[in-house]
Amino acid sequence: MPTTIIEGHELSVDDEGFLTEYDQWDPQIAEALAQAIDVPLTDEHWKVINFLREDFKAHGATPTLRRVSTEGGVDTKTLFALFPKKPAKKMSYIAGLPKPAGCV
Amino acid sequence: MSANRLSAKLKDWHITVIDRDDNHRYQPGFLFMPFGIYSPEQLTKSRRETLSKKVNLVFGEIDRINGDENKVMLTNGQVFDYDYLIIATGVAPRPDQTPGLAEGIESNDAVHEFYSYDGSLALAKKLKNFQGGRVVLNIVEMPIKCPVAPLEFSFLADDYFKTQGIRNKVAMTYSTPLGAAFTQPIAAKAFGATLEEKQIAVEPDFMIMEVNNETNEIVSYDERRIPFDLLISVPVNMGQDFLSRSGLGNELNLVPVDKFTQVSDKYSNVFALGDANNIPASKAGSVAHFEVDVFVENFIQHIAGQEMTHRFDGHANCFIETGGGKAMLIDFNYNVQPLPGKYPYSIIGPMRLLKQTRMNHLGKMAFRWMYWHILMPGRPMPVSAQMSLSGKETELLDHQQLAKVAS
Ligand SMILES: Cc1cc2nc3c(=O)[nH]c(=O)nc-3n(C[C@H](O)[C@H](O)[C@H](O)COP(=O)(O)OP(=O)(O)OC[C@H]3O[C@@H](n4cnc5c(N)ncnc54)[C@H](O)[C@@H]3O)c2cc1C
Repeated sequence: MPTTIIEGHELSVDDEGFLTEYDQWDPQIAEALAQAIDVPLTDEHWKVINFLREDFKAHGATPTLRRVSTEGGVDTKTLFALFPKKPAKKMSYIAGLPKPAGCV
Repeated sequence: MSANRLSAKLKDWHITVIDRDDNHRYQPGFLFMPFGIYSPEQLTKSRRETLSKKVNLVFGEIDRINGDENKVMLTNGQVFDYDYLIIATGVAPRPDQTPGLAEGIESNDAVHEFYSYDGSLALAKKLKNFQGGRVVLNIVEMPIKCPVAPLEFSFLADDYFKTQGIRNKVAMTYSTPLGAAFTQPIAAKAFGATLEEKQIAVEPDFMIMEVNNETNEIVSYDERRIPFDLLISVPVNMGQDFLSRSGLGNELNLVPVDKFTQVSDKYSNVFALGDANNIPASKAGSVAHFEVDVFVENFIQHIAGQEMTHRFDGHANCFIETGGGKAMLIDFNYNVQPLPGKYPYSIIGPMRLLKQTRMNHLGKMAFRWMYWHILMPGRPMPVSAQMSLSGKETELLDHQQLAKVAS
């Protein structure tokens, strides 16, 4: 299993750099991950990240864009503005969660 | 299929099936109807005829389920009590979820879909007189049932335009919210290569925001625009609204269940099978079939108060028509993505995985017969419910994936 060092912590990640251990994440790490992909975090970003973390904890899966908009109260248009181009990938990367599977 | 299987095993139980009407449609045929390969009559049978005589069949629209009081209510006021409930109400295309799409299908002759019987029939008419232009296929959102169907449609359309002698007048685009042609990496590569071979342009990461029926364009959330002369949309697929009304559905009206036993997260006497549940497997007839194999064994244990010891592995097995009388085959489950190699079908002999062969095409066409004569009556299929690794080129998996396979 590959690892990476962020903010002085050694973290487990997958091939694409997504964190693989829910409990290794903290808000400081989120800031560092966000910086790495050029997404400066605002309160609105945090609303999404916190929803993702809580929903993952409750249901064991990263919520999809649809779920963030219907259950988390941030619509898809806004998600594209907050996490440009690839919101599903970027928001889960910063939240330290796997990409939403969405689809098999 | 579940009702038929259960009625054979549970002699003194009362089994009631509720559905809207007596027209059982063979949905995989919706893919072929637009190209004149199947006629409407070949795709419809009486539900009564596919069900065992011991099963009570009621026609009506389900309005609501009351899981606390074990009741199913129909819109006509009829109420049914149950000891155990099996939800198998599938998913349906929902063009109303995308601005401009439902209106387009209704009144813009350039906007079509093939996920419903009516849509598929209307598209057949449209293609008959089609002279050429920009043909754009768009998948609105995942998950959809039969996730390979849009690929197959594109391959078959390429073939169709060739035989009509107008392929050089048609520009084809495949736009998808996924980052590649398919969800799973090794298969995505194989399908991507096939799209390229057929000169079908891919527009990945395209999340549609709206259909503009004035300019005939689809517009994405990141403001890309794709103009079309013919749009073939695969609308959002959702479970039935009554499930969410009844507190049993998630944001897509899918019923959250345990992925190994399909028992509802909320009620231990409610199961959801087939497309209607939220398991992370393909929404496909083959999955529903393997799932039922496992379910019937589990259900017998469950009603006897025993622990359910059989586990559904997410097994899916799909043929992908690639045109020119050939098809590919993929076989996978929760842990193992589709791999190349050989597939050991009993009776008909091995088939090639992820390769275009004539044999696979014959397999796909034979499936309609199997569906009516083996699947629906609940007879055993020549395929095992659990996925097998035999014949698959597992050396293509890296150590992480291999660890998953072993788990
Ligand atoms: C174009 C296309 C191609 C496909 N190709 C393939 C393929 O090649 N291979 C494959 O394996 N699968 C394929 N599929 C998928 C396959 O058809 C489905 O996965 C399968 O039909 C799922 O079965 P189900 O019983 O879960 O749901 P369904 O077959 O959709 O049945 C749901 C039933 O519930 C009834 N119902 C819903 N709501 C209510 C209500 N409120 N009241 C009463 N009744 C209700 C409906 O009338 C319907 O009969 C394809 C699907 C499509 C659309």
